[in-house]
Amino acid sequence: MTAPESGYNFAYLDESTKRMIRRAILKGVAIPGHQVPFGSREMPLPYGWGTGGIQVTASILGPADVLKVIDQGADDTTNAVSIRAFFRRVAGVATTERTAEATVIQTRHRIPERPLTENQILVYQVPMPEPLFRLEARVAETRRMHALADYGLMHVRLYEDVARHGRIATSYNYPVMVNGRYLMSPSPIPAFDNPKMHRMPALQLFGAGREKRIYAVPPWTEVRSLDFDDHPFRPIRAPQSCALCGSQESYLDEVLTDDRGGRIFVCSDTDWCAERQAAREAAE
Amino acid sequence: MDTRFPGFADPVLDAQATFRAVLEAMSRPGRVQRIAPPPEAPPGLSPAAAAVLLTLVDAATPLRLTAGPEAEAWVRFHCGCPLLRDGAAFVLDPAARLLDLDPGTDEEPERGATLILEVASLQESPGWRLTGPGIRDAHDLRVEGAPAGFVAEWSASRARFPRGVDVILCAGARIAALPRSVAIEDG
Amino acid sequence: MYVATKGGERAIGAAHAWLAEERRGDTSLPEIEVAQVEQQLGLAVDRVMAEGSCHDRGLAALAVKQARGDLIEAAFLLRAYRTTLPRFGASAPLDTGAMHIRRRISATYKDLPGGQVLGPTFDYTHRLLDFRLAAAGMTPETAPEAEPDGTATPRVTELLAQEGLMQREAPSEVEPGDLTREPLSFPADRPVRLQALARGDEGFLLGLGYSTQRGYGNAHPFVGEIRVGDVAVCLTPPELGFEIEIGDIGVTECQMVNQFHGSRTEPPQFTRGYGLVFGHGERKAMAMALVDRALRAEEMGEEATAPAQQAEFVLYHCDNVEATGFVEHLKLPHYVDFQSELENVRAMRASAETAREAAE
Repeated sequence: MTAPESGYNFAYLDESTKRMIRRAILKGVAIPGHQVPFGSREMPLPYGWGTGGIQVTASILGPADVLKVIDQGADDTTNAVSIRAFFRRVAGVATTERTAEATVIQTRHRIPERPLTENQILVYQVPMPEPLFRLEARVAETRRMHALADYGLMHVRLYEDVARHGRIATSYNYPVMVNGRYLMSPSPIPAFDNPKMHRMPALQLFGAGREKRIYAVPPWTEVRSLDFDDHPFRPIRAPQSCALCGSQESYLDEVLTDDRGGRIFVCSDTDWCAERQAAREAAE
Repeated sequence: MDTRFPGFADPVLDAQATFRAVLEAMSRPGRVQRIAPPPEAPPGLSPAAAAVLLTLVDAATPLRLTAGPEAEAWVRFHCGCPLLRDGAAFVLDPAARLLDLDPGTDEEPERGATLILEVASLQESPGWRLTGPGIRDAHDLRVEGAPAGFVAEWSASRARFPRGVDVILCAGARIAALPRSVAIEDG
Repeated sequence: MYVATKGGERAIGAAHAWLAEERRGDTSLPEIEVAQVEQQLGLAVDRVMAEGSCHDRGLAALAVKQARGDLIEAAFLLRAYRTTLPRFGASAPLDTGAMHIRRRISATYKDLPGGQVLGPTFDYTHRLLDFRLAAAGMTPETAPEAEPDGTATPRVTELLAQEGLMQREAPSEVEPGDLTREPLSFPADRPVRLQALARGDEGFLLGLGYSTQRGYGNAHPFVGEIRVGDVAVCLTPPELGFEIEIGDIGVTECQMVNQFHGSRTEPPQFTRGYGLVFGHGERKAMAMALVDRALRAEEMGEEATAPAQQAEFVLYHCDNVEATGFVEHLKLPHYVDFQSELENVRAMRASAETAREAAE
């Protein structure tokens, strides 16, 4: 742990802001999947760039934590680098790129491939917490729908997909039901990652800074992707294997290598990929 | 409203550590957490309850407290919270009944109160059998000194979900939590 | 062999070094001083104070310099700074009736107590580029000064209200909400709406206000009054127990007079649209007053069908720091989501192809 930036409180936020956010987190945990409004602060990073996740992380983080930050599954993407550097600067916490070593993982758009444990907390950056917003833009109205668990609109929309395309056409930010009660946005993770949320041993916290909402999924909680008996949920991944580690199970990024249709596929989770490459080298 | 009892030795880091204990307790109902380091509590409050108040309560959260004048003075000084009886966000009153506290509304269930309940002891051994979110299969929790009829009241309170009251149990420097989503069987 | 892109940290460092160079520009020219920005680009500073919701000319000028003249970026810098400041208390409401006036005009009366005071305005300038300004070194002629006539300058709306012609705002003892501490919720009351508008983006409010003039909302506005000047900020410190003046701030206030037809219980009266912004910002104050009145549609029993009358729509979208962040976040990597869409579309195309072949 290095000395945090002087002139600012530990982890940037003042203590009364942290208390407010901590209270919201606890209510979120107690009501799995329910969006708790909170007095989101203006952060020194832009709204939409992870301010919700940053506020949640800043409110839970302590000197004993080891922080990992990923964007698109990778530790080295520029926004992940920037957020990790922010926490090193204002909290002086240890950071890591290894999923296994982290106690707190802040993520945008992915869940790590390595199964998380009871000793970890996964913090999602959420751009739009309301799963119903494309169907009903008025917040007052969606709040009423959640109160009544009135989710018929979402089923109708998914069914229209099936009628038009022969399948559910949503491939990311795929809505889930939490503990059989609340419809929840998993944040824009690929639908491929949805099954990892179900009965995950780690606590999952979600922060939406601009929309000023926090929500949570406690460990071991049921998280079901919406589907129909005749059109079951299908996680999607490119059918190739990783060009670097050979993985056939991980989620892949497509990389264009020329302008004549040349392309390769590599793991989106860089730590997972590096670990597999190292293991293969060690075996050789 | 002066008090001779201190707050946290390190207000920033002790609050963080206590919060993580409470978060862990709330996320894994029935698992007992230890507050470290516990603050020196005024008479009428366990070190755990004192730590929870210092961590979560402030001017924005009205508190209902019946723990004697020294505890009241201490809370006013260190938390700066309004003390009142009805509509409190946090309640530390052994006479409080779950069904009488604010459960929030279906649209705003997060407004439901948090009850801090002092008990004689907390152990992860057979007594209550807890199931629900945060629990893999079932957790055993042995609580000595809970109010009579608590389990029956809990079932009635839980039937209102998502409205409801969340409970933080305190015994000495130990805590466990009962989020409103958890089911308790007297076993 | 493909190697994954690395070096994000180095790239960021290099980019920011380049930004600093660009900010400085040609080093053979003198560096602009914050005091020069504050003095000579005063309206930029005012806009940054208004949208950054922090009245500090020096800090706003620094933000303008740091942001290379990007005023939304500057407002963002100022806001991120102000959130870290401790609060000492809440001031008493400003008494704009006691404003030390630099400019005051009314469109509803030819003359009135306190008079029409043009003040430093672009109005009636001919918008011809002034090439004399291109050659630095010109000192402007001293503007002629008149003795203040010492008469009070009552607010026009107050003069109307004395006659019962202007609806008075209901006094309220309720503590107004604080958007910087509590999230918006709906229905939003007027103090919260005004707070959001006062911090809102000038361009967004201008467009919305304009739309109410063009038939999107039933507006018949008159500028009752615009006043620009300094007002005292007063505070009662708990340890003193009496009110003290802690300083002056510059503000622009606009009160729009709007028609209201009255009802069975109320005789016809004019109603108010209100705008107040930090600094000299007439366009913003006027647009704010138009939008404020439009947002009162429900309270006035008017049909609320136009965009400017939809509180959720206006208040959720008027904040340019929020809007900028979310629009600009689209340039962050989204390739994980895009990949899932790619695979999805490929799969759908393949099954469509199979179906077509089967049909042939």
